[in-house]
Amino acid sequence: MSGPLGTLSELRDALDAGELTSSALVAASLERAATLGASLGAFIRLREPEARAEAEAADARRRAGRVLSPLDGIPIAIKDNLVRAGEVTTCASRILEDFVSPYSAGVVERLDAAGAIVVGRTNMDEFAMGSSSEHSIFGAVRNPWDSTRTPGGSSGGSAVAVAAGIVPVSIGSDTGGSIRQPASFCGVVGLKPTYGRVSRWGLVAYASSLDQIGAFGRSAADVATVLEVIAGHDPRDSTSLPEPSPPCVEALEADLSGRVVGLPREYFVEDGMAPEVRTAVRAAVAELEAAGAKILEVSLPHSEFAVAAYYLIATAEASSNLARYDGVRYGHRASGVSDLSDLYDRSRSEGFGDEVKRRIVLGTYVLSAGYYDAYYRKAQQVRTLLRRDFDRAFSSCDVIATPTAPELPFRLGERAADPLRMYLGDVYTVSANLAGLPGVSIPCGLADGVPVGLQLLAAPLEEAKLLGVAAAYQRQSDHHRARPPEEA
Amino acid sequence: MAGITREEVERVVALARLSLSPEETDRMSRELGAILGYVETLERLDTTDVPPTSHVLPLATPLRDDVPSEPIDPGLAVSNAPRHEGSAFVVPKVIEGEEEG
Repeated sequence: MSGPLGTLSELRDALDAGELTSSALVAASLERAATLGASLGAFIRLREPEARAEAEAADARRRAGRVLSPLDGIPIAIKDNLVRAGEVTTCASRILEDFVSPYSAGVVERLDAAGAIVVGRTNMDEFAMGSSSEHSIFGAVRNPWDSTRTPGGSSGGSAVAVAAGIVPVSIGSDTGGSIRQPASFCGVVGLKPTYGRVSRWGLVAYASSLDQIGAFGRSAADVATVLEVIAGHDPRDSTSLPEPSPPCVEALEADLSGRVVGLPREYFVEDGMAPEVRTAVRAAVAELEAAGAKILEVSLPHSEFAVAAYYLIATAEASSNLARYDGVRYGHRASGVSDLSDLYDRSRSEGFGDEVKRRIVLGTYVLSAGYYDAYYRKAQQVRTLLRRDFDRAFSSCDVIATPTAPELPFRLGERAADPLRMYLGDVYTVSANLAGLPGVSIPCGLADGVPVGLQLLAAPLEEAKLLGVAAAYQRQSDHHRARPPEEA
Repeated sequence: MAGITREEVERVVALARLSLSPEETDRMSRELGAILGYVETLERLDTTDVPPTSHVLPLATPLRDDVPSEPIDPGLAVSNAPRHEGSAFVVPKVIEGEEEG
């Protein structure tokens, strides 16, 4: 088996220098996906013949001097909740097991137009609901650093594909931390852009006011490159930001002098996080300070209410979004039904897994007559308070630094019987979704042989500033260069 | 509002167009009880006069120009339906009392 692929910038340089062809690169990626990727459960489907053909076309373009973008000819993986015309998109769910999309997602169109080669569709928690990538009809995804642990979720397959060196960059989606937390658990960079920055057209909906598409890579510069390709206005998504997406890559050279990094005192309370996480994050903050940043304590007083507000809002939106799966228009249909009602009830019950059912039922409950004000409206009011907390904090700092997750990657199966405990692990990530902020997780060290992630958050639209701080940190540290041990 | 009764779970499951076995209903009652117990922490917050946020962006619903465009082909639109005839979805009989024609 060939070794791990290099970073996006290394591979691009090699393609530019003529030392490598896209065909060879894509072949190596597919081989690694079929071997190491399969043992880690990272992929749901490989685009075996299509990717090879597209790579040959990319090589022909390059020979003709018509390189389309910095992603031209580069193998990339996408989460299996992004549709492509004529191909199956499952969302890791039985209910969509045979769904062939009649159209392509905006992000997929942009990747195609940039010449990126999608080698495969990655495994995930069903409908992006989960923090461990275990809730999949295709089986659990495993952490490449320790295969007895989860890679995090819900975009676990996309994080693993990068961490295991199968692709240099990949695409995921983040509703409450589903890019940042698996990035932290797998030791890669994971960016959730500002809400509305990347078109949700063709992203299978989970919670529409929170869902955002983003990227994984090995460095801040690599995810900035992907962001420049996938960001931008799309009239087919009514929540797509009308502003043009500013260039990010050129802003990465800025140093940290004058930058103020806020530490929310409510996140660093005693017993809030595992001691290994605290140690690694504190060390990362000290490195930022040594590199010229000013560290300032800030306050986000409503932080302790974020997880509760998130699970009320996300499940309410999910129960509404997933009402479309009826066994009639598309998706799984139960056989031998007695009437239409029976068709709905049985098709949905057979098609959805336990975690999805749990969230649909919770969401239906909080939206039901008599409970709406106490739960859903209350959560939306708390969402306002959380937004105000961030507005105030960002008036005195440029970025906020926190742990990405309060603990090290947990063991497979460990949380299966305790959904509430699983939800509480999202404590540091959900606020960014509720407030619409961009956030990134970057590797900041190892503990117990597995990675720890530092989360940076910025005000809406400030991806360039956010990735600038991340890039400056990565010029000072080598944590993002650590690779999981290769099997002998 | 602590917890949730089994009867309430059954009512909500029916609203959500799901059907659960008795064991699944028991487990759902327990798990939802724990989650609802946790979200009760929100009751400690006084949110009188706080406007709700349904959406983070100050966006108005955009209107597109009224330009004709090609609709999706009806055959393609129903191609994922588990059962379809021509461009129509096939469902079990809904109205009682008439012979199937």
